[in-house]
Amino acid sequence: MKIGVFICHCGENISSTVDCPRVAKICESYPGVEYSVDYKYMCSDPGQNLIREAIQLYKLDAIVIGSCSPHMHERTFRNAAFSAGINPFMVEIANLREHCSWVHDDIESSTLKAIELVRMAIEKVKRDKPLSKINVPVTKRVLVIGGGIAGIQAALDVANAGYEVVLVEKEPSIGGHMSQLSETFPTLDCSQCILTPRMVEVHQHPKIKLLTYSEVVKVEGFIGNFKVTIKKKARHINEDLCSGCGMCISKCPIKKKAYNSFEEDLAFRSAVYIPFSQAIPNIPVIDETVCTYFQTGKCGMCLKVCDRGAINFDQKDTVMVADIGAIIVATGYKLYDIERKSADLKYKGYGEYGYGKYRDVIDGLQFERIASASGPTSGEMKRPSDGKEPKKIVFIQCVGSRDDSKGISYCSKICCMYTAKQAMLYRHKVHDGEAYVFYMDIRAGGKMYEEFVRRAIEEDKVKYIRGRVSRIYEENGKYIVKGEDTIAGMPVEIDADMVVLATAMIPQDNAPALARTIGIPYDKYGFFNESHPKLKPVESTTAGVFLAGACQSPKDIPESVAMASAAACKTIILLSSDTLEREPVVAKVNEDLCAGCFYCQKVCPFGAVEVKDVKDINGIVYKEVAFINQGVCQGCGTCTATCLSKSIELSGFNNEEIFAEIAAL
Amino acid sequence: MNLLKEVFMKYGYFPGCSQTGSAKEYDISLRKVIEKLGVSFDEIEDWSCCGATSAHVTNHKLSTALAMRNIMLAEQQGMENIIAPCAACYNRLIMSQFEIANHSGIRKETEELLSASFQKDVKVFNVLELFLNIGIDKIIENRKRELNDLKVACYYGCLLVRPSGLTKFDDAEQPESMEKIAEATGAKTIDWNYKVECCGAAHSIARRDIVVDLSKKILDDAKYHGANVMIVACPMCHTNLDMRQRVMKRTYPEHEDFPVLYITELIGLALGMDEKELGIDLHFIDFNYKDLVPENSGVG
Repeated sequence: MKIGVFICHCGENISSTVDCPRVAKICESYPGVEYSVDYKYMCSDPGQNLIREAIQLYKLDAIVIGSCSPHMHERTFRNAAFSAGINPFMVEIANLREHCSWVHDDIESSTLKAIELVRMAIEKVKRDKPLSKINVPVTKRVLVIGGGIAGIQAALDVANAGYEVVLVEKEPSIGGHMSQLSETFPTLDCSQCILTPRMVEVHQHPKIKLLTYSEVVKVEGFIGNFKVTIKKKARHINEDLCSGCGMCISKCPIKKKAYNSFEEDLAFRSAVYIPFSQAIPNIPVIDETVCTYFQTGKCGMCLKVCDRGAINFDQKDTVMVADIGAIIVATGYKLYDIERKSADLKYKGYGEYGYGKYRDVIDGLQFERIASASGPTSGEMKRPSDGKEPKKIVFIQCVGSRDDSKGISYCSKICCMYTAKQAMLYRHKVHDGEAYVFYMDIRAGGKMYEEFVRRAIEEDKVKYIRGRVSRIYEENGKYIVKGEDTIAGMPVEIDADMVVLATAMIPQDNAPALARTIGIPYDKYGFFNESHPKLKPVESTTAGVFLAGACQSPKDIPESVAMASAAACKTIILLSSDTLEREPVVAKVNEDLCAGCFYCQKVCPFGAVEVKDVKDINGIVYKEVAFINQGVCQGCGTCTATCLSKSIELSGFNNEEIFAEIAAL
Repeated sequence: MNLLKEVFMKYGYFPGCSQTGSAKEYDISLRKVIEKLGVSFDEIEDWSCCGATSAHVTNHKLSTALAMRNIMLAEQQGMENIIAPCAACYNRLIMSQFEIANHSGIRKETEELLSASFQKDVKVFNVLELFLNIGIDKIIENRKRELNDLKVACYYGCLLVRPSGLTKFDDAEQPESMEKIAEATGAKTIDWNYKVECCGAAHSIARRDIVVDLSKKILDDAKYHGANVMIVACPMCHTNLDMRQRVMKRTYPEHEDFPVLYITELIGLALGMDEKELGIDLHFIDFNYKDLVPENSGVG
């Protein structure tokens, strides 16, 4: 076997602490090495040419690159090798940057380490076997989870490209948080006016199957070939018969037993309800927990008044299974709750702001409902406790966000903008009112964003105070807001009528559970992880699963929409071919050795291990062995390490190869 | 079982300087009350300053070493649990323990200074934790009278529940443990706004004006919410809230006297002791439970 060694300087990233020419020189003398060279940028076009030419000139069978992490350029070098006629899996990378030059400063010892790393790769590549890509078929149907603006946008884009979409929303209506907003920054256009036409479009689109009041309970399979189990919760209304007349709602005798979550608990709703008047679909839901019929067996008023006979108390949850090719996750966010939490929860709440006991200390979404023309006050500025118009209002930014002591280090990103908008809306509605904003910094990066904040300050006379609020308490119907003005260097005290907290954006409660169901990673807060923060921002690390909107990190509407369209585009690319190529680095079971203990099945994080019957010549099953679905296997090697009978081998990382590497040390 | 309890109920006692001077009545009442509740303690022999204010604002090393000297003595004298009734002492002791546990450099330096090495984990309790350990039921069991006519504002001040990562027994912003203990005496407690606000603390010496303003706000809020007495568990708070009411009156002539008791004195009253016995007569603002009892009620 003839091996070529290519040592990259990575500009000065490697060469400043590793003597690259020396590494290349020494490698020349290793058995099997035909050619060894160093170069300033191996990944560049001339660098790749150098590799290709050397392969052809010296008739190389395998190559070793000493460069950056394989995460970065393994694919680049494999493609280069392939184009010069050798199998792309006969390429090994010795990580001389992240594993060596970046983490050491002594030139002599890091050069010696680099030599060892390259030698290990040489020994491995000698034992590498050519592998070929795996082809899998593709189901041309997309699942979108979450019917907020991101999910709506993604569903419409995919459907308009001609592919089928299943849109699953856990609430009775699509629309998400955007449907709750009053007006949107920086243009102040009405949120519902721009959203509801898109909701209708989703509903009427022939390619979109809309499943509201439904949840994804199980995801099996792999890219191009998912099998998704969806639970459709019982509405107790026959969707085919209901005309959405609303008679059941107006006659329901239960009026004040359940808070209206669409109104952020600022109003009540009946037991049979639609979340809001523009809901899509316009079909009510009966809430079993408060409905008199379900609690006592009496009433049935809705049944009597429905002239279409759509009420069905006996309706049960139904479960369906869909074949899906790709998944877009767009489950959005919720707001940090300032209420007292038990000590073991990571979010500690805000005792200094009363742990939620003051009714006029509200959060941003509650303010949106108060400011909204369709909200509980019909858009009039009224505070929740006594319905009086607040004459002095305080907005506090960064409540939860950027505060390690409250469990969240990140910036929620949208609060600076929506606080400015809310303060502006308040001033437009209450001309003699005073609006104060406590802020840490103003982060208004975005088109027309900074100008918008300046407008709030200069035209609408919103008073911005730089500093934190240490305490809020009630005194004579006023809320005393004690804080610090760090520019004046003075404590400040404001006797406000209402306080609006820009609480942090956090993932939905069930985000980690859903992530585990789908098999995608999430961060310590529960936000879903993208595959690469810069170059793969909408892909999850699981092939065929894409991310859109605030489920990945806090985002405003334009960003969510952009991300949704990007995810849709990636999905369309995926569905555009009939088969998919997969990396062949997968585990394989030696059926003769497998004892059928299925420990591998227990540890496999991707559910790739199946049970296979082994039959004798007469077709009689004489043992069960593990079988690894090559389409699902991600090549992590967990099964290989777990297998007691050493009967699983990971292609490209088999025992012989790994031991040779270790022995070369 | 009883035997085990007896062993557990033995505490080391770190009085701190206040207990021997300005807060003598806190010391007196604490000793009497816990004796009645069947708990005993041994004073740490040869204890010294806890390293509070004057030390910790000037020399970090000195303040840590001073605090740890007392912990070291307790350890050497075989004490596993000690009580520090003063909130400042309590704070200094647990803060120093935290630093020793988390910074090997400070630990080494302090051990060198004291020529000792810290082996065991000595647990430091404040008075609220002590009563929670003893048990609310024990107070109710031994109660000789119910203090029904008291409406108590429980004042924690800044140090007792902070920093929240270290004082893990109660919530730092909306604490409730003192209320639980106070209610065991039959008294009612009020919900009010200033229970963890600052009283001005050591500014009492150099900037009396600050202390007067801050302490007056605390007393006023308690009155506004219907309290007729305030209880504290800190000698510094007591000095500011009780003694400084005289100066307060000079600045704010409309100010009316408002009694401030130590939590131990309140429990003492419930256990049947009288004001004099508990040292309440040593306060600047007079307090007599009988004065609060309506004449025709026949109680007291």
